[in-house]
Formats: sequence, C-alpha cells, structure tokens
Amino acid sequence: MSTVNGKAEEPAGTSGRRAPTVADFTTGQEVRWCPGCGDHAILSTMRGLLPALGVPPENTVVVSGIGCSSRLPYYLDTYGIHSIHGRAPSFATGISINRPDLSVWVVTGDGDALAIGGNHLIHALRRNVNLKILLLNNEIYGLTKGQASPTSKVGTVGPSSPFGSLDNPFNPVALALGAGATFVARTIDSDRRHLTATLTAAAAHKGAALVEIRQGCPTFSAIPRQPNRAASQESPAEPDNPAAPEHGPIRLSPGLPIVFGANEQWGVIRDPSTGELGIGHGGDSRVVVHDPGTQNSTYAYGLARLAETSLAEPPIGVYRSVSQPSFDQLFQDRLATARPDGRGDLRTLLTGTDSWVVAG
Amino acid sequence: MPTEQLSERPEGARRLENVVIRFAGDSGDGMQLTGDRFGAQAAAIGNDVATLPNYPAEIRAPAGTVAGVSSYQLHIADHDIRTPGDQPDVLVAMNPAALKANVAELRPGGVIILDTDAFTVLGLEKAGYDVDPLTDGSLDAFQVHAVNLTGFAAAAVADHNLKRKDAARTKNMFALGLVSWMFSQPIEDTIAYLQKRFASKPDVQAANVSALRAGWIYGESTEAFANVYEVKPAPLPAGTYRHMKGNKAVAYGLVAAAHQAGMPLFLGAYPITPASEILHELSALASNDVRSFQAEDEIAAIGAAIGGSFAGMLGVTVTSGPGMALKAEALGLAVIMELPLVIVNVQRGGPSTGLPTKTEQSDLLQALYGRHGEAPLPVIAVRSAADGFDAAMEAARIALAYRTPVILLSDAYIANGSEPWRVPEVEELPFIGIDLATEPNAVDAEGNPVFLPYARDPVTLARPLAIPGTPGLTHRIGGLEKADLTGAVSYDPDNHDLMIRTRQSKIDNIDVPPLEVDDPSGPPGSGADVLVIGWGSTWGPIGEACREVRAQGMKVAQAHLRHIAPLPANVASVLSEYHTVLVPEMNLGQLAGHLRRETLIDTVGYNQTRGMPFRTAELASVITRVIQGIDSDTAPDAGTKPVGDVGARLAARSDSASAKPAAHTGTPTGTQHDATREAGR
Repeated sequence: MSTVNGKAEEPAGTSGRRAPTVADFTTGQEVRWCPGCGDHAILSTMRGLLPALGVPPENTVVVSGIGCSSRLPYYLDTYGIHSIHGRAPSFATGISINRPDLSVWVVTGDGDALAIGGNHLIHALRRNVNLKILLLNNEIYGLTKGQASPTSKVGTVGPSSPFGSLDNPFNPVALALGAGATFVARTIDSDRRHLTATLTAAAAHKGAALVEIRQGCPTFSAIPRQPNRAASQESPAEPDNPAAPEHGPIRLSPGLPIVFGANEQWGVIRDPSTGELGIGHGGDSRVVVHDPGTQNSTYAYGLARLAETSLAEPPIGVYRSVSQPSFDQLFQDRLATARPDGRGDLRTLLTGTDSWVVAG
Repeated sequence: MPTEQLSERPEGARRLENVVIRFAGDSGDGMQLTGDRFGAQAAAIGNDVATLPNYPAEIRAPAGTVAGVSSYQLHIADHDIRTPGDQPDVLVAMNPAALKANVAELRPGGVIILDTDAFTVLGLEKAGYDVDPLTDGSLDAFQVHAVNLTGFAAAAVADHNLKRKDAARTKNMFALGLVSWMFSQPIEDTIAYLQKRFASKPDVQAANVSALRAGWIYGESTEAFANVYEVKPAPLPAGTYRHMKGNKAVAYGLVAAAHQAGMPLFLGAYPITPASEILHELSALASNDVRSFQAEDEIAAIGAAIGGSFAGMLGVTVTSGPGMALKAEALGLAVIMELPLVIVNVQRGGPSTGLPTKTEQSDLLQALYGRHGEAPLPVIAVRSAADGFDAAMEAARIALAYRTPVILLSDAYIANGSEPWRVPEVEELPFIGIDLATEPNAVDAEGNPVFLPYARDPVTLARPLAIPGTPGLTHRIGGLEKADLTGAVSYDPDNHDLMIRTRQSKIDNIDVPPLEVDDPSGPPGSGADVLVIGWGSTWGPIGEACREVRAQGMKVAQAHLRHIAPLPANVASVLSEYHTVLVPEMNLGQLAGHLRRETLIDTVGYNQTRGMPFRTAELASVITRVIQGIDSDTAPDAGTKPVGDVGARLAARSDSASAKPAAHTGTPTGTQHDATREAGR
C-alpha cells in the first residue's frame, strides 16, 4: 500500500484499525441526480474503489466545482469541498502540495473543467500536481438545463442555441495531452469494470491524472447511453464499416495491438512514412501496439484525435502514463532543503543583518 | 583613501532638526536604490526617517523624458516624524527631465545638485526645455550645484574594466557619496551592501564602491559646497531597530503570525503591482517554513490559499485592487465555509488598471461590501510602513480565532515607503494559535459520537476546525447553504435566515480594541472641538498636520481606525463628543459614508485622489479652516474651492491655454454634511 495514489504513506489499517469498507466511504446524504444519470454509476464505482486503495477516509479529500457532477463529494464520507464553478483544481492544489499524506481527488464536469475552469485545469496538469481529476463529460450543461457545453458537438440544439451551436468542441484527452499531462485516460460510465480499472490506474499514478468519463445525460441526452459490450456481442450482423457505432469504442490495452470489431477485423495503423495514425485492417502489419508510456505525446494525441475523422466514438483506456516528478514532491523537497534543521529562527529573521541598537 | 576617514563627520557641520531630500532621475538611473540606501544610512545613525518612492508604471519609459522620471524622497529628522515631508530642501536631478518634473516642489532657497553631463541639447529637448534652465535665470531662487556627476563617476571607475555605459551608470553612487558627505552620513553600510549585492560581479562591485567614495571625497575636497549639515539622532525608545519597508513589514508580520500560531504559512499569490514584493519576500523564506505558490491567476491564488487553510495551514493571499475584484467569488466561499484566511490588498489608483504604482484608498468599500450575498468579513488597515508587522499579526489573529477571511488594507505609499521599526522580542508577541478539533463534539439520536462542523463556540461563534487526516471527523463543506450544526446542505428558509444572521453576528462581535483619541487639550468632550479621523496611510500626514495646528495654538483631536469592520464599539460615542469630525481620505469619501451608515453621524470630508499622499501643510490648512469656521460660527467648511465641482474645474481648464493644477488639489466633498453641501453649491 506504500504507493497508493502516488503517495508515500503509512499503510492503511495501522494501529489495529480494520480495513475500510464501502460503508466507511458512504454518507447518509440523499443522492440527488436524475434516474439513469451516469453519475450514479460513477459514485458507486468510487465507493467500491476507495476502500480498495487502502487510504483511510480521513486521508482522502474530494474537491469539486459546480455542476451535476460536482455534487459527488457530498456522497463520499471523506473530507471534501464543494467549491465554486471551475476552480476546484486551485483549492485541490492548495491542499495537495501542503499535505503529501493526503489522497486528493477532483470531480468536475465538461462545463466546469473546460469552460469556466479551463485555466486551472491546464495549469494543474502542466505542473503535474498530484491530483486525480475525474472529468465527467456528458457534453451538455445539465444543472442549468441543457445549454451546449465546450464538448457539445457542432449543431447541438439547446435553449441558448435553438438553431444549433456553432462552436467546435474540445477533445478533453487531446487538451490534457497538450497541457503536458502525465496521465490521461478515457473511460465510460456504462462499463463498471473498465471504469474501475481506469480509476485504479489513475490512483496509482504519481502526479496529475486526468480521466475523462464519458457518460449519458438522460434528461438532456447529449450522449446516448453506451451499449454494454456484453449485450452488444449478441448483435446479429457485423457492419462492414469501421466507423459503425455497433463496434462500440476501441479499448486500449498496453502492449496489445489496437484492433476492434467482432472478429478484430479492424485496427489502428501507423503510416510509416508520415507517422500518422489511421484505420486499416486488423491483420495489417502496420497495426499499432499500444504503448501509453511513450514519452513523446504525439502518438497519444493522434490516437485522441482519431475519432474525429474515422470512428463513431473515441477509444477508451489509458492514452498516456509517463513518470515525471510531481509538483507536490518538488515543492516538499524544496522546503526540506531550505530547512534542513527544522524551522528557521524567527528572532534571527526579524533582527536581520542591518539592525542597530538604541540604548535606553 | 582609508574607509575610516570617510566615516568622520565633517568639521563644523551645521545642525538641522530635519531635512527633506529628493533624488530624481531617469527610470534607469537607479534612484530607488540611491534613496533606499540614503534612508538606511540615516536610520543607522539614529535619525527618524520617512520615505516616499515615486516611479512610473513602465519598466522603462522613454529615456530622458518627464514621463520616465523616477524619484525617491526622504525626510530625516532628529525627532519623531510621520511623513516624507511636503517640500524637498534638496533636489538631486540626474537629468533635465528630473529637474523639470521636480523643481516646482522644491522649497525656495533649496539646494539643487544636477548632473551637467545630461544637460545637452538633446537632453534639454527630450525634457521639453526650450531654453537651458541653467542659463535663463529660472533657477535663481535656488542654490544650484552643477556638477558633472557622470563624468566624475566615469573617471573614478576608469580602472575597473567597465564598458563606457556601465561606468556611467555608477553616477548614482557618486551622487549618493556626495550627498552623504553633505549630510555627514557614514557610507560604510552602503559599501557593505554593495559588496553583498554585486558579489557575483567583482568589477561592478568595485566600481560602485569607488564611485561612492569618489562622491564623498569630491564633496570634501572641493570648495563648492559651503555648508555641511548634520541631523542628530532622534530620541527613540530603547531597543533594536531596522529600517523597514511596508511590504516587507507585512510579510514579516505574516511569518510571525504563523510562528505564533504554530502553523505553517501558505501563500497563494499572483504577481501584481504594488503587492508583488510581499510575494517575493515570502518566497525567499522557505527556511522559516513559508510555503509560497505562484498561481496561474488571482482566482487560483486565493483558491490555493483557501485549500491550504482547509488543510491546516495559515492561508494567505496578497494582491491589489484588480486582483481583489477577481477574488470576490472565492472570498464569499471562504465566508460561508468559515475558514481562516488573510487577504492583503495593497491598494493602488483605480478603477481598472488605473495608476498601478500610485497610492489611493479607494478599495475600502470594495473590502467592506464587495461580495454578493450577505458576506460580512473583518477589514483592518495598516497605518504606516513599520505598522505593517502589527497589522498583519492582528489580521491573522482574527482570522484564526473567528475562522473567517480577513481583509488587510495597505496601499502603495505604505508598501514602498520605509521608516525605523523597533524589532519586537519574540517573547512579547501574542500567542494566536487555535485548537483544532480532534474528537467528535456531539452524539446523534442513537447516541453515537458525531462531529458537527457548524456547532459554535458560544462566545466567539467560531466553528470547530477539523483538518483532513483527523480520524472520525470527516465532513464536507462548500458554497451551498449549510444546515446549522451539521453543515449538511440545507435549502430551509428559516435555516438560511439563521445562518446569515449568525455569520453577521460573529463578525459584529469580534473583540476589537476601543478607538483612542490623541488630544493634548483633553479627553473627548472637554478638549478640542474638531476631531480628525482617518484610516490607513493618512495616519502620518494627519498626525503631522495636527501637530502643526497645535503648534499654532489651536486645539485639534486625532483618532485613527485600525479596525474598520467591525468598528470599535465606542466610535459613535467618541465622534458624538465633537462639534465637527473631519475625515481626510484618498478617495471620494468612503470612510465618511461608512461612518455615517454605522453611526448616523455626519462628518466633513476632505478628499483627493492624486496618487500621492496628503501633504502636511495642506491638511494643516484644512484643519485650521475648519476650526476657524467653528469659531466664527459659520458652517464647517474644509475648503474654499468649489466643492467637488468638476464642471468648474473643466471650465477653468478650457479658459486657460495651459492647464494649471488647482491651488487646492484635494476636493472637499459635500455629501456628508448638510452645511458642506450648501457650501458646495
């Protein structure tokens, strides 16, 4: 348990305490999301995941901004702040860099993180602050009743865009990669196993981890509910088109070729002359073997952009996971270096080297 | 020449009680350093010192122009002084523009030392002189010493391998050496300073020391300077002293507060003039467990500071007006979450970017009221450079004891000004630590121990603070209204009303010391008829003006507010003891309006927003006029100019070909007092 969430800390359950359970992370607050909202699945995954990480509830802090997703801290029995719109990464940074003993999570949404809070998100990522950032992306403003968000597709009809939205959406994974994020992943609310595995990988990362969780909004229906993979295996006819939605999202697995389709007849291939990624046949010798540890983020970026031209929906999995010192570690190291013998003497500081004495 | 000989006081120096010296030059001439060193030298020999740096907002305005002039004024005295002085007695002008920008304020008969090297055709042209002022008789009223400062400095450093341009740049040290000799100041401290500052550049270090010494020797060996002066030490209470700048004093006060609270100090800040220096000071103090974080913007800066507070640090953010505007939403969050936080606003001229390097007191109402919702918080003000230390400690004390954000108002004049500061003994500093919650503080219906984050201390109404890592006390706080006691989200109307009144009540009942009145003629009611009340950096000018008025045989009382929210409990009763209450402010009447709202007492305002502190003579004349108005039984009237009549000023401007500054640049406002309003019509 010594490296859970990238924090070097004492093992959980020391001094005779029993290991934490789901109940330990569950508050009595009534959960207030629409029936069918992906947030329920994400909450339930978090409640199952946190005890398994071995960090006791009191050493876990969940910080959110404003929006449907940002209600999540109220339902987890940890320390938490439900802050103001878009600013969660800044509060979380102040907590995390000062307290290496804490596991700090940020829960945010597409409007919160990418519109009003875009600045804080990119700076938390480029600094590599030890935060686990869950970006719940339903491609719509839910709490304010259905306006287009920074991830809404062009043409999204909502109360503020009755004739369709005009602006290009952000690709959250591409944005995070552009900001220099050391861990970037994408998952979906409808696949509990994938969601759990992805969040577990994020928790183990030392530094900033951004996980985009694509989810449906049953009320404003920006993204349709993802077909469950188990169920979709029963689909009768395999479409003869790699961009057909029936394939479901490509699943990225480290060390394995990126192939998809019922018979793995499709694959992501790299053009050897240009290095560009595209879609080809699964048996092609140019099929890419997924490696999220590539230091150069160009590959991950190409993968992130693939869906915009060639696929029905973006691939899910860990796009990038590279090791760099976290800001927290550097911040603490500098403090330790500056005061090798403990806190400096206040009297010495106040008196300085340029004082003089007036005799009484 | 051996150093010791340079330390000796010149023979037969004439003793002065006080002198005002202004160093002026181009932004690149090093005038701020020169003035700062002269002040440090004066402080070290025991003078009382007050300083006023004044510089343009641009890093390098066009060289040689009036717009690019940077100056540093010092007042040194053998007695207790509070201001940098109204009029310089000595002006050091490094170029024609510096002369042009400053000569009008020089005392008639005063001394001008100017650098002839800069008085070229081009230099005069850049400054806007049609005729050379050295030849047209316009300086006849002054004692002019035209010295080739640059030439002498370059000659003095000729052996040091510098490029011609770098050699010329030592002229400020030559000037400092000369003026130091003139005022009998030893230069050893400055030599030591230069050796440290330029330790990595031996040539530059040696050249600056040579130029400094050459300036002193020049004074001693030429016949040009008939008089040498000396300002004796001021009688200060016994103790250890330092020459202290306002921003540094605030930084040290914050460090001391964290020390006395037993908590690490965490600063989240974004660079902004004139507050950045506090960020710089604190960033260098990691060895004192100061954690400094430069955020991506003003909002993130306060966000990180709040996060730090939640995590058990003493959270601090420092900024100026535009940054305060950006922090407003997060301030509201800190209010409702009831977390300790200190927000330092070093005020500058506004609105918007305004006058970034000039002083003003125009953010008071923003501090008091500038948040949405009912979001009360304490506001306290720094009154002088050295006072920054105590004020910062007091802000932290309140923030911790009452679990509230506190706004500490400073301003550009305080931030950059400096004065002697008595270094406190660490043992005499108050202990301001608080007990963090470690145990549940209640039981639920089933008898299980629970933690209620909004159960309050019955006296202070402060809520318990449990920081992450404390087992059994996990809880969530946030911007949504809290249920009383539990802190759970609550939309209950009665609860919201209760919580709003509780938060207000907590601030209203903060324990602040009573307002004290300084009046040698007697206590309120039996002394003076006129009380002058102010806040912040007007403390110095008001105090000096009151002394001047009293020296002329009149009675006047002075009171100064450290705490503006909540006000001391006795403010209304003190104010009501006076026939007239005069409120000078570097804004259009913000404290006056606040006092009226809180006490229903009308005051007479005297207001200016020129970006510079009040002058003593200006305030003394206003106070005198108000006193004489009472004696002649006419309506209280602070000024003779049309009161706040902008139309008249605009008309006057269009009447004359060249816009001249008004005789009384401060504008008495007619909004606070009926009689004054009449006078303004």
